[in-house]
Amino acid sequence: MTPTHSQALTDDIRRGLLDTMVLIRTYEEAIRREYYADKQPAFDIGAGLVPGEMHLSAGQEPVAAGVCAHLTGDDALTATHRPHHVAIAHGVALRPMTAEIFGRETGLGHGRGGHMHLFDPATHFSCSGIIAEGLPPALGQAFAFSRRGSDRVAVAVTGEGAANQGAFHESLNLAALWKLPVVFVVEDNDWGISVPRSGSTSVASNALRAAGYGMPGVRVEDNSVEAVYAAAGEAVARARAGEGPSLIEVHTLRLWGHFEGDAEGYRPELATVAEHDPIPRYRDTLLAAGILTTESYEAMQASAVTKVEDAIDFARNSATPDPLGHLGYVFSEGAHT
Amino acid sequence: MTDASSPRRLALPTEPAAGSRRLSTAKAMQEAIAQRMDRDDSVFVMGEDVGPYGGIFSSTSGLIERFGPDRILDTPISETAFIGLGIGAAVEGMRPIVELMFADFFGVCMDQIYNHMAKIHYESGGNVRVPMVLMTATGGGYSDGAQHSQCLWGTFAHLPGMKVVVPSNPYDAKGLMTSAIETDDPVIFMFHKGIMGLGWMKKNRRSVAAVPEEEYLVPIGKARIARAGTDVTIVTLALSVHHSLDVAEKLEAEGISVEVLDLRSLVPLDREAIVRSVAKTGRLIVVDEDYQSFGLSGEVIAAVAEHDPTLLRSVTRVAVPDVPIPYAHQLEYAVLPTPARIEAAVRDAMAT
Repeated sequence: MTPTHSQALTDDIRRGLLDTMVLIRTYEEAIRREYYADKQPAFDIGAGLVPGEMHLSAGQEPVAAGVCAHLTGDDALTATHRPHHVAIAHGVALRPMTAEIFGRETGLGHGRGGHMHLFDPATHFSCSGIIAEGLPPALGQAFAFSRRGSDRVAVAVTGEGAANQGAFHESLNLAALWKLPVVFVVEDNDWGISVPRSGSTSVASNALRAAGYGMPGVRVEDNSVEAVYAAAGEAVARARAGEGPSLIEVHTLRLWGHFEGDAEGYRPELATVAEHDPIPRYRDTLLAAGILTTESYEAMQASAVTKVEDAIDFARNSATPDPLGHLGYVFSEGAHT
Repeated sequence: MTDASSPRRLALPTEPAAGSRRLSTAKAMQEAIAQRMDRDDSVFVMGEDVGPYGGIFSSTSGLIERFGPDRILDTPISETAFIGLGIGAAVEGMRPIVELMFADFFGVCMDQIYNHMAKIHYESGGNVRVPMVLMTATGGGYSDGAQHSQCLWGTFAHLPGMKVVVPSNPYDAKGLMTSAIETDDPVIFMFHKGIMGLGWMKKNRRSVAAVPEEEYLVPIGKARIARAGTDVTIVTLALSVHHSLDVAEKLEAEGISVEVLDLRSLVPLDREAIVRSVAKTGRLIVVDEDYQSFGLSGEVIAAVAEHDPTLLRSVTRVAVPDVPIPYAHQLEYAVLPTPARIEAAVRDAMAT
């Protein structure tokens, strides 16, 4: 890629990246706490304040922070079954997002969607629980933006496992063919649930597949938020300039299980996973460079806790949906009972 | 994204007099699309061979000459990608009309259709709308084999969140297409090849008929009495409407009065119209070119039975038995709901 698109990485931006990462981690830890709070002693996936499958994003914060730093709420983002980190980084309001995860009437979808189906019109954010199927709608959002002559872009986030789905390949081809302002972001967290990348993917890097569709592709190897930021800066600028789509694959880290309750017996490196946590690493880098102080980091953490606990309280204290309303919202006209 | 409180944008006449100008069903669909595109920049058409070819079954003939390749877009053979693209564009306020060349091809793209297009409005608690039309060709009768001859409307209608319309004639095709583009909900518009008025396929004589020149709406969810009668009710749709009318005309000479109810929409299903007709005749025949089991024919019968089972003096289904559509003409016509099978069903019903 040409260096002309690069945005200088200032100390303010560095602190902002860490701040976003800390907010995400604080959020995921709080959701995990609430998720397990009433699933003791026996784990029942359907029980409790936060029922159902729960896919948390701890360890993948660099992807969200680095990519979304280049976006505004006018840009679209489609995410996966593991959506919280990119939702937060993209600016989805924490209160209605959390209320949706708690299945409350005040949630983004009035409790109809849940944690894998978060839709926020205010930030053009959505996610889908079906692997790779969030990519095609992102193409359509990008299509609508470019038809209106704007420089808005659509980012489609997916995992490395999804890069073996037909929807992924169809979307790359069509986006490149029509030069749509899309940025494809592949989060390679090494695992498709329990199947390692070596058991699913024929190429070392999905950047190679990008080349196969005639678009720039880059792989970020070390889960570095600054490297993601740089790559995303290039890709977003290229899309805004009408030069078409790009792909970024980030070798990131799934710090926790595929979903909560996953004992991860298939994971040989389990004992050392925490050593690769990107947040302490980046914090220490900034501390060592004098960009961050211990006090400012603690303030960052405290601020995150305040925001997250406010959202949790809001969700917990919100009304549950009226069961008689289960027929509403199928169609735009008629029964909103 | 679309404003969830936005009202319907235009007040158009509903089912005006047909007048005397005659069009084929294909031309009526093209006209509905063109008239909407004239008035609304957000409407565009996308699909395989919808451009210079004009749609394999002529649903888009002449549109690219008029609106150009920026609004009539030929796509790669990537149904998942381009149907999903339509969804995303609709979410952002455009009004895409996307063609899936054959309904039979839904197998390569159903996730976008039933998990995304149909569910986003519900999952978002009504905050995101998907005003999109997915039009697709259905039906057999011309030896296209098991993968290019299916109707499959019962499959789409079974899955919540999409309206399903199935016109049988030019007038309804135009009005239903205009309604489909206008509604803020996703609509599957299923046109039977045998009613399009194509020059290269056996034509039904009613596939060219009077159509008003102005824009108008045929309401989605309202059945139409195609022929009034008192002895037997045939509930049907698409090409089978015409077979049923042919049978009704023939049997009139024998003093058998057949009512033919053209459903026009499967979702919403006009259950009231079905019950009203059966309450009058007591004899129900469902004629359906879709597979018999677990589908439309059972649903229609259930609509009456749940309302009042004593209305049903006799019940018959004339549908495709649960086999793939065969290739050889003789075999295919053994499974299709032919006029001969419909006539036999009426005679049987009259014997009860």
